Amino acid sequence: MDMFDLSLIWALIIGFGIMMYVLMDGFDLGLGILFPFAPDEDARDVMMNSVAPVWDGNETWLVLGGAGLLGAFPLVYSVFLPALYIGVFLMLAGLVFRGVAFELRFKSRKNRHWWNRAFCWGSSVAAFAQGAVVGTYIQGFETENFAYVGGAFDWLTPFTVLTGIGMMIGYALLGTTWLILKSEGYIQEWAYRLTPKLLVGVVMIFFAISLWTPFVNPVVWQRWFGNIEIIWILPGLATACMALLVMSIRQRRELLPFLSTLGIFLFTYLGLVVSKWPVIVPPNYTIWDAASAPESQLFLLIGVLFVIPIILTYTAWTYWVFRGKVKVGEGYH
Amino acid sequence: MELDPLVLSRIQFAFVVSFHAIFPVFTIGLASYIALLHGLFYKTENPAWERLAVFWTKVFAVVFGMGVVSGIVMSFQFGTNWSNFSQAAANFLGPVLSYEVVTAFFLEAAFLGVLLFGRGKVPQGVHLFAAIMVAIGTFISTFWILSANSWMHTPAGVEFTDNSFYVVSWMEAIFNPSFPYRFGHMALASFITGGFVVAGVSAWYLLQGRDVDANKRALSMCLWLLLILTPAQALMGDFHGLNTLEYQPTKVAAMEGNWETREGVPLLLFALPDQEAQENRFEVGIPKLASLILTHDLDGEVPGLNEVAVEEQPPVSIVFWAFRVMVGLGFLMIAVSLAGLVLRRGGRVYEHRGFLQLLRVMSVTPFIAVLAGWIVTEAGRAPWLVYGIMTHAEGLTPSLTGGMALFTLLGYIAVYGVVFYAGVYYLTRVVRNGMVPKEEERLIDEVERPMRPWSATHIPFDDDPAPAERS
Repeated sequence: MDMFDLSLIWALIIGFGIMMYVLMDGFDLGLGILFPFAPDEDARDVMMNSVAPVWDGNETWLVLGGAGLLGAFPLVYSVFLPALYIGVFLMLAGLVFRGVAFELRFKSRKNRHWWNRAFCWGSSVAAFAQGAVVGTYIQGFETENFAYVGGAFDWLTPFTVLTGIGMMIGYALLGTTWLILKSEGYIQEWAYRLTPKLLVGVVMIFFAISLWTPFVNPVVWQRWFGNIEIIWILPGLATACMALLVMSIRQRRELLPFLSTLGIFLFTYLGLVVSKWPVIVPPNYTIWDAASAPESQLFLLIGVLFVIPIILTYTAWTYWVFRGKVKVGEGYH
Repeated sequence: MELDPLVLSRIQFAFVVSFHAIFPVFTIGLASYIALLHGLFYKTENPAWERLAVFWTKVFAVVFGMGVVSGIVMSFQFGTNWSNFSQAAANFLGPVLSYEVVTAFFLEAAFLGVLLFGRGKVPQGVHLFAAIMVAIGTFISTFWILSANSWMHTPAGVEFTDNSFYVVSWMEAIFNPSFPYRFGHMALASFITGGFVVAGVSAWYLLQGRDVDANKRALSMCLWLLLILTPAQALMGDFHGLNTLEYQPTKVAAMEGNWETREGVPLLLFALPDQEAQENRFEVGIPKLASLILTHDLDGEVPGLNEVAVEEQPPVSIVFWAFRVMVGLGFLMIAVSLAGLVLRRGGRVYEHRGFLQLLRVMSVTPFIAVLAGWIVTEAGRAPWLVYGIMTHAEGLTPSLTGGMALFTLLGYIAVYGVVFYAGVYYLTRVVRNGMVPKEEERLIDEVERPMRPWSATHIPFDDDPAPAERS
């Protein structure tokens, strides 16, 4: 199979999977983060109802990404997970609690406030941990001979705390713009009011991270202030999406705020990718160093190429079936 | 005392995998049972079959949901605690475990939704088809997981160079020597688990006189099934044991508590293995029986633990006793199934309160037997992670400290404690609620907003302080 660079194909697949995960689980985690601030219990019902049919489909991308990494880039799997040991645990615990809350909140009356808490804390912790993963990825990993040799809390530094909080605010922004699309009346009004405040937070952290990153990591500095000017288009587009978001909120548009927030995430993500490419376990290993044997990559590729179109179709169908506004007092119990 | 990350990681893996295994072992058998019920309803149009199918689908949904939640954690365990092993074995385990995920998603996307929410919305034949596909899908998942596990017991089809396994033959690696036996043993265990749980719940309903017609049918079916399957499992276990004797003789030696290779070995019913002294402190056994079972010859030679160095021996007491728990419960299950046959005369099987009470209690025994069986095979492999090639110590994450491992071990116990409590509590409510749908449930069935596994059941989690508002 010399015709194809399997590692490259796999990098694209996994990159796509992570992007799908961040965009899709992002808004439902964001709603969890916003849960305690909702105007009332009816609003919480609507928030949860708006994602109840799709959230677990969103999380399939995480599981697929995890399994795909073990199959295609085992080095990523066997360095990231030990390095982020405590963070991974917190993220999983968070996802488990919010998963159970999805199932049981609607079935509870007098215990409902507990499931509200489980949903909010689970979502917040998972979002923070994911942000910290991004920060750690930017920082790089202490490795020797294809194994992680750093400490238990290398992933928790002022920089990763900032990226963690940034991720929480970013997800919350996805949450409010999603809610603008899916709700109406006072709930939508609340989401409209909250969006600009969250955007200010995102912009501040966006710039703080952008300024800080080159100092945390000289390779990233070189990449951005070296001679590849074309990549500056990505932060440019991200900024344009921010402007579009502000404009669409002013005009009280319903779909555009969500789309432009997705754009902010997409271009920031791509910006991150070009900062490191083709390094996948920074600072030492590229996608080709991290790859599994070609016969293993190929064996798995067949199954994944078969199932991804099915998952995409199913996902699109689910979103189509549950399109439109979620009204107070209606829906899933 | 120094915290040992190796011991703690092993305890953690044992804990999360045992906790997880409880759910699939039940849902695999239950999925086939549900498919069978749908088939019977399709053929006979007797509504009793449909009531049973609908009820057990609800139970399936809840248990399946808990299996998925605990399974997500499993998929990260290899990387967090066993990164050297993951890195070394990824060329084989990565694709195989990913195929399990791929299968599961394909299934969930295509058929689970139809099974859980399709009643009355799709033609009956399509619904039956979905039920069959879900049942088949659970077996495909089992296939991949057990292939991966069996490969760690009897590695084949690979080359080990530069600290990594490279697949030479996918066929040989996937269908490695212990795989067919493990798969057969586990598949039967799943059917038996499903059978005893359904029998136990039906018995409980019969004791209360609820929906007697449907529950009599369910109980009768299960007892016929168990009458065939429980002895079949004993036979299958024997084959599995002979396969283990061939590839992992030390494990069999630990199961038998046999310290020295010798002829005419007794079958020990009771013993206190003493690993330090390398002998049993006290033993009661049946002369020559172990030799007869393992070699089919009264004076056959059975390998002992002394064939390997002391540090390459598994923890004998654990393996020895877990094996006795499994086999003991197995014989108990055979006895109960036979008692069911005897009581069929004159239909006493549906009325004998003692027997029905016994069935209620018996519904937990397959779970204990399955966990005990896994302890035998997994602890019996120690100290090997990949048998004969890589030890647990070599596979451990190098950066892991005892404190980190302890933190997550306690964390997982806490998380699973909450989830398990909520899940089992809710499941009890589903069962108490029973089979005949209540009026309010029918109302909610109309609402167009399903898609969560547990949406298949509409029973509240707690009692309403005030009448619930319905929309």
